[in-house]
Amino acid sequence: MSKISLIIKREYTTRVMKKSFILLTFLTPLLLVGMIGLIVWMGSIKDDKIKKIVVIDHTNLYKDILKNNESYTFEYVDKQIDAYKNNSEQTKEITALLYINGNLAENPEAAALYSEKQVNMELKSYIAGQLNKYIEEQKLAAYNIPDLKLMVEKSRTDIDLKTIKWGDNGKEKQGSAELAMVIGMITAFIIYMFIVIYGAQVMSGVVQEKTSRIVEVIISSVKPFELMMGKIIGIALVGLTQFFMWVLLTVVISMVAGSVIGNDIDVSSLQKMGQMQQMGMPTGSTQALPPELQNLFAALNGLDFLKIGGLFILYFLGGYLLYASLFAAIGSAVDNETDTQQFSMPLMLPIIFAIYAGIFSAENPDGPLAFWCSMIPFTSPIVMMVRLPFDVPAWQIILSLSILIFSFIGTTWIAAKIYRTGILMYGKKITWGEMWKWLRY
Amino acid sequence: MTLLEVKNVVKQFDGHRALDGVSLEVPENSVYGLLGPNGAGKTTLIRIINCITAPDSGEVLLNGKRMTAEDVRHIGYLPEERGLYKKMKVGEQALYLAQLKDMTKKDALKALKYWFEKFEIQSWWDKKVEELSKGMAQKVQFITTILHNPKLLIFDEPFSGFDPVNAELLKREILELRDKGATIIFSTHNMGTVEDLCENISLVDKAKVVLQGNVAEIRASHATNTYQILTKKALEINGFELIDTQQKNGVFESTIKKEVSDTNNLLLQRLMKQTEILSFQEILPSMNDIFIDTVSI
Repeated sequence: MSKISLIIKREYTTRVMKKSFILLTFLTPLLLVGMIGLIVWMGSIKDDKIKKIVVIDHTNLYKDILKNNESYTFEYVDKQIDAYKNNSEQTKEITALLYINGNLAENPEAAALYSEKQVNMELKSYIAGQLNKYIEEQKLAAYNIPDLKLMVEKSRTDIDLKTIKWGDNGKEKQGSAELAMVIGMITAFIIYMFIVIYGAQVMSGVVQEKTSRIVEVIISSVKPFELMMGKIIGIALVGLTQFFMWVLLTVVISMVAGSVIGNDIDVSSLQKMGQMQQMGMPTGSTQALPPELQNLFAALNGLDFLKIGGLFILYFLGGYLLYASLFAAIGSAVDNETDTQQFSMPLMLPIIFAIYAGIFSAENPDGPLAFWCSMIPFTSPIVMMVRLPFDVPAWQIILSLSILIFSFIGTTWIAAKIYRTGILMYGKKITWGEMWKWLRY
Repeated sequence: MTLLEVKNVVKQFDGHRALDGVSLEVPENSVYGLLGPNGAGKTTLIRIINCITAPDSGEVLLNGKRMTAEDVRHIGYLPEERGLYKKMKVGEQALYLAQLKDMTKKDALKALKYWFEKFEIQSWWDKKVEELSKGMAQKVQFITTILHNPKLLIFDEPFSGFDPVNAELLKREILELRDKGATIIFSTHNMGTVEDLCENISLVDKAKVVLQGNVAEIRASHATNTYQILTKKALEINGFELIDTQQKNGVFESTIKKEVSDTNNLLLQRLMKQTEILSFQEILPSMNDIFIDTVSI
């Protein structure tokens, strides 16, 4: 076995065998699915306690406007507000007090909601909605035009604009800007996360080898470059393993969870449905789906997942390799873990900048910011992922990838020079000037 | 035959000169000691020999050819600051380091089994390095250094951190390695081991070699012309100086110092006239004395 593959193997197995890695790999998808499930579940349960709201209406204009529902009961009382203000016994029984002391049509600020605890948004919007509707109707009625209400209702429109892209052969693909944005942001964020997490792992791995002095022994057996690349590649494989495990586990867990709960959100069947629909096959169940969902599946089908997935791996590797070698160089230059923070700052800045550039690029994926940031190698792995679902011209992808590849060869070369000097340098306060000197050795 | 030659090596660190024209020759199949006080430049010299640091000028020759990084891959090097991966298991780690030295897995396992049995540390195989004491970890590291049977071995302070029993074990192993044909260079400030192990030494002080050569010759050349003599009768001063004399069980034990110009035989003739000589032995200075003497000048 060649030496570099020995090093890769060691870096990989020691990390993958770690309890923390196994735990994180298996728990993260569980947590993810669990969290989504929890949100859905919490949203579905209603507070079954009926809340009482007391209404004091000095105008007597709004009696019985507020209807009781399954959550709230409204009680109209003929008392002064002071009766509740200072009487805590009575106030405790009610959730809130609605106080109206003026004609709301003329003075929309004449109503107020009093409570001991902050009232929730739902209650506030329920009351406001009911009152608004009533006052709007009254205003319309005041025009004395017959059927005005009906006319207004009929004139209300809600346009759902479909976006359809023309493919090369004139094939129509239904797209969704929102979906493209979400997919772009998710993939970009994953790349961002992996660069930061695994870049930092490379750095701390190098620092540990240096501080534990094992590096002197290793360097007497292998070339510094082999040691550095072995570590970088080994950790890249750890990252890829983790990513694929996450994807696999998330799919498996959500399928299992879906079938257990009996939810109709089942990834594979939805995809099948979408495919059948695209092939023009009539499916009974598709008809039953609401039009928004049908559009979503059509849009999902419109995305080229193979292309996005393949480029994701390429940009992930390119971005990681670009930064990891620089992280390794910094790890080799410092004497202890605490010093790494100071020197890794200039590396973290472009990564953080890239994620912001990515967010803004999603708004305008063909703008100059998006274009240039998807060419600059330090930001391209993140920004290009945001742009990809919006269909980037092939020449831009090829150019951006070539720049990225040449850049990481460049940074690796620079990093190797710093690394090979730094790794054996002890007890010296490192400056940027010092590192520049090592570059030219 | 010279295996390793260091020629006029100079190394400057900012502000101070760590090595100033150091030269030495290490004969093949011998044990060579690098001595010197702390900060004399021993470790720097060892690092230059190992191609870890480059000299500002001068060169290191192996078999008459300039030493390359590739040559270094085949030597066994035990650095002063010992280091192993703390979280890794002892056996796994030893195997890894052996494979990095181009051993096949099979050979490495066989050799490791031999050495672990010899040092009686088989039970450590599945322990993590962080569970071992410093001395224990050092034993493991010693094994990983010599496992691939290197022709040239370089140990930087191999005895530091060892208890006397293990230091003795280590000494035996070093001599055994030499008997098997290896050449060993080690640095130390433990003078006792130098007398026991080394054929040749270089004493480095303040970046320069201040004393160099065969240990026996060095000791002889530092002779103070003092002798320890056992006689039947008390000695009378006759052309020599009587430093000390005392009677023990009817035998007189004396320390005498002769004139530098007198030969041993002349001295013996003078003594023989006085009494019967039971024993006659020159007192040679220990390496320790020579070390302190040379360095403090």
